[in-house]
Amino acid sequence: MVMAASAESIAVPQSDETRARRDGFADRLFRRIVAGAGIFVLATLAGVALTTLWGGREAFATFGFKFVVSSDWDTVGKQFGALAPVYGTLVTAAIALIIAVPVSFGIALYLTEIAPPWLRTPVAAAIELLAGIPSIIYGMWGLFVFVPIMGRHLNPWLNEHLSGWPVVGALFSGTQYSIGLGMLTAGIVLAIMVIPFISSVMREVFLTVPTRLKESAYALGSTTWEVAWDIVLPYTRTAVIGGIFLGLGRALGETMAVTFVLGNVHRLSLSLLEPGNSIAATIANEFAEADSEIFRASLIALAFLLFVVTFIVLAIAKLMLRQMEKKEGK
Amino acid sequence: MSDAARQAVADRLYFRRRIVNGVGLVFATLSTGFGLFWLAWILWTTFTTGIASLNGKLFTMMTPPPGDEGGLLNAFAGSAMICLLAILIGAPIGIAAGTYLAEYAKKSRLGEAIRFFNDILLSAPSIVLGMFVYTVVVKQVGHYSAFSGALALALIVLPVVVRTTDEMLKLVPSAMREAGLSLGVPQWKVTVQVLYRAALPGIVTGVLLALARISGETAPLLFTAFDNQFWSTNVAQPMASVPVVIYKFAMSADAGWKSLAWAGALVVTLFVLALSLISRAILLRNKVSND
Amino acid sequence: MTNPNIPLATASTVSLIAAPPGADAKAAAVASTPKMSAKGLDFYYDKFHALRNVNLDIAEKKVTALIGPSGCGKSTLLRIFNRIYSIYPKLEARGQVLLDGDNILDPKYPLNRLRSKVGMVFQKPVPFPMSIYDNVAYAIRHYEKLSKADMDVRVEEALRQGALWDEVKSKLNGSALGLSGGQQQRLCIARAVALKPEVVLLDEPTSALDPIATGKIEQLVEELKERYTIAIVTHNMQQASRVSDYTAFMYLGELIEFGDTTTIFENPTKKMTEDYITGRYG
Repeated sequence: MVMAASAESIAVPQSDETRARRDGFADRLFRRIVAGAGIFVLATLAGVALTTLWGGREAFATFGFKFVVSSDWDTVGKQFGALAPVYGTLVTAAIALIIAVPVSFGIALYLTEIAPPWLRTPVAAAIELLAGIPSIIYGMWGLFVFVPIMGRHLNPWLNEHLSGWPVVGALFSGTQYSIGLGMLTAGIVLAIMVIPFISSVMREVFLTVPTRLKESAYALGSTTWEVAWDIVLPYTRTAVIGGIFLGLGRALGETMAVTFVLGNVHRLSLSLLEPGNSIAATIANEFAEADSEIFRASLIALAFLLFVVTFIVLAIAKLMLRQMEKKEGK
Repeated sequence: MSDAARQAVADRLYFRRRIVNGVGLVFATLSTGFGLFWLAWILWTTFTTGIASLNGKLFTMMTPPPGDEGGLLNAFAGSAMICLLAILIGAPIGIAAGTYLAEYAKKSRLGEAIRFFNDILLSAPSIVLGMFVYTVVVKQVGHYSAFSGALALALIVLPVVVRTTDEMLKLVPSAMREAGLSLGVPQWKVTVQVLYRAALPGIVTGVLLALARISGETAPLLFTAFDNQFWSTNVAQPMASVPVVIYKFAMSADAGWKSLAWAGALVVTLFVLALSLISRAILLRNKVSND
Repeated sequence: MTNPNIPLATASTVSLIAAPPGADAKAAAVASTPKMSAKGLDFYYDKFHALRNVNLDIAEKKVTALIGPSGCGKSTLLRIFNRIYSIYPKLEARGQVLLDGDNILDPKYPLNRLRSKVGMVFQKPVPFPMSIYDNVAYAIRHYEKLSKADMDVRVEEALRQGALWDEVKSKLNGSALGLSGGQQQRLCIARAVALKPEVVLLDEPTSALDPIATGKIEQLVEELKERYTIAIVTHNMQQASRVSDYTAFMYLGELIEFGDTTTIFENPTKKMTEDYITGRYG
């Protein structure tokens, strides 16, 4: 045999060869184990998508496309539609972004251009602490502290002054505004929760803007605001959008805080001041009590919808952030 | 146009630009204040209400029926067990996967794909992960169990640990690998005995951050570990956990339950904030000493 | 099946055609027996042809210095001698490198055998994140099962050879990361010689060190050549002339001139060598 001949020609002592074989075997085994763990990550994500799709198949099969466009939620008559919770999810997330995006931009600008250097690290850490507070705490605080304030002050005021307006009036109409539960409250709480995510991405990418670029703008007599608006923001645009999508992904999937302050009422209403529902809150509230197969399947189908939507949003976020990393040559 | 007139126009323009700038900077500063304001308010509420509800029974008595006196002992024990189990399951897989990314896959297409999807898993709604475990485990077994809760939390631990391990191993200078391999020591040994040791503070930080994330996590436990009014150490059975008990008690009308919920909220918040501060400190110290 | 002769044949055929006039500096046969020798060695970083038909003998128990401007391939050549390059993808060596007559580039040649015979010390000192004692004992444990007492002897012996024993004998269990840069580098040398190799490769071992630490390492190299065959890459001309017996001058991936150090430094045959040594470029 050729192999034996060539091995002999090198005249390897036995011990070296056995050790080499043993090491090689252990190396291959180790590599397989860690590669398996890597594949496990992919498998988990695929598993989440497939099992929720499979678990919700009865709902999709029974209601078909109606599941997405119907606002029925009749646990006795066993008619289920996702429209109300989907609407609630999208609207609360939208409110959250409308508040969180400008505020996050302001925070990032403050922390990169305005604040005295010694103040930057502690303030940034404090803002990021917001992300560390468990969402159930947001929920309790929201329910016991924030909801009464909304019901007593902000909601009546908005109702009184804005409900008569054309078009937007419907958003602030209704009669149950004084409870304080509702999409506006949930949106504000969500905004507080996603501000740390969006602002920390913005802050990080603002720091990547080359100093010479900013300096040359300052040298032309630009003000700090003009530098931020005309130089920093355009330079970091993709990553900023990525950060916003990251926050959107978080807002869409947030469960406990929303469950506490949204009211959990299955009713499609335009008003932001009245109790509503969201996908995650519906699942959290009703799953343990779901008493029929089709009810449970409908909730799992809701989870599938939520997963697909957040997956797309987060994938977009990731792609945009990655583009920025490439630009940075990381 | 005369020079004076031109100057006047420039002055007016400059004045307007300065106004815009001033408004912008005030807005930015107020935004920061806005963020800090909520932080302070939420923490203030949690601390004052929580401390008012705090007493010795919290750590010595079981969760009571409505109207009775009691504590959260079984919930604390349950949370500790479930979280520990979740770390024991999630961290080794995460470290292994992070090792694969940093040491073997590197910038290959598979490696980049795993990083991409891992980052999505990192931000995926936790309630959907709970639903996944429900479908795969709880439904098959036929009842809720602490173990299924730990599995759901392990799926939250996993991406955090994968990412930190990957990043921390990448920070280890390649000369360290070369030095180990040039001694004829096989790669797995160099990785486990040398590189892990060099990256240890970072990996520990990742695990601590993951622990901080799961110890306040409620949604995935609702239909996996569920709840248990009594003391239980059986991981095959439903088990109480602090967040789930807080949720149940806070939503109730019972004053005693509500006050227990606030006490529990205070303990969880303190624990989570302490963990994230500690892990930040480790990371910071390590960064400084590496440079 | 792999036949070690095939790559050699191809490489040398190609090089006969492609070799530019400057490259015919065939490895000057060194006076003593060569411990290692490169024969018709080519190296590729993916598409980039980094070494061209290098023929070089490394004399036993002598110090051979590899010099040349940055990017000339001197480090690349050194890193082939214990195949450390092979941990990165897309790198390829063609030709032969013989160690006691055996071709180490043959995939059949056991890697751990090669690396226990050919030790390496890198540009930046990289002590492992463990105690001083464990740094030295680490690799020995992989090859031999020794009693605690035997291991103590081996570790002391290695640290003495690394000229570090007197400085660390009281703190063997302290972290190696607490040592100074020069001490760390001597620890790395001790770690490499602890395996009782036959060849020690030094890749710019003093480039990260101050002059005093550098002096100690140079003195150490002088002592080490009693036992080991040494190849050292350096960008420091004075260092090469001080420590080496033979010097190879490389430029753009080719071996331009090779000979005993005195000749190379005082009487180089090639204009390029003279220009480099006298500091006209590089």
